[in-house]
Amino acid sequence: MKKGALVFLSGLLFGAGLALSGMTDPKRVTDFLDLAGDWDPTLAFVMAGALLVFGMGYFFLKQKLGLPGNPEEPVSRSLIVGSILFGVGWGLGGFCPGPAIANLGAIRMEALVFVPTMALGMVIAQWLQRSRKEG
Amino acid sequence: MESSYIFGLAGGVLIGLSSLIGLIVTKKIPGISGVFGRLLISDTEDRSWRVVFLVGLIAGAGLLIFLSDAVAVYRIPEGRGLLLYAIAGLIVGFGTRYGGGCTSGHGVCGTGMGARDSMLATGVFMIAGFVTVYLFRILGGSV
Repeated sequence: MKKGALVFLSGLLFGAGLALSGMTDPKRVTDFLDLAGDWDPTLAFVMAGALLVFGMGYFFLKQKLGLPGNPEEPVSRSLIVGSILFGVGWGLGGFCPGPAIANLGAIRMEALVFVPTMALGMVIAQWLQRSRKEG
Repeated sequence: MESSYIFGLAGGVLIGLSSLIGLIVTKKIPGISGVFGRLLISDTEDRSWRVVFLVGLIAGAGLLIFLSDAVAVYRIPEGRGLLLYAIAGLIVGFGTRYGGGCTSGHGVCGTGMGARDSMLATGVFMIAGFVTVYLFRILGGSV
């Protein structure tokens, strides 16, 4: 199969996985994050399934297929600050980037509002990091 | 066991498989915030696979949502309006690119490849999410 077809298949599987797992439903996500409420552990099952398949596949195929090595980098302040901000935004709306984009096809208003402002936030962060590196 | 847990696990398996195929084919870590975010940088050269992946993602989710009423469940949590989604998008976009990854890039890929910084990032954004939802609950209000 050509590279483009495999990439498309990969995208299809990702979107199907998000929808099947219920992660395109923002309340299912915020219910996972709501420890003081009626806690819903579904998101933990999603992470477990994804980590199991990806982690095992990576472990067994890394050498054979010459996959990229461990991408670990020293912990930076931007990693911590960025991850805190991401968690705050995630908790507010129940959207992380994948599910927000996945909801575009179903013309969901919140996703149509979220994705453009997300793009703007990404542009600002990437501009800041670039100017810091160059400066 | 609740059926949502089984669907969650099955969906997670698909996400893991997708990420593995993406890594094998592109030799890049296919975290969604990076795949999307780098399209917004003018000198990114490998644009076509990113667009193809994202079109596939939208199609894959859209197809299942269209085919199944159970999958199509879509509920906005209490007290969240469109203005809040605009603000949340801005924060998520900034945070994921500034922090170098999101639920897929750090949570699945980086963690699955054994990167300790990704494990730390995942712990940090999860805790920040827990705290945010708790504060939203006790402070109430509609945005």
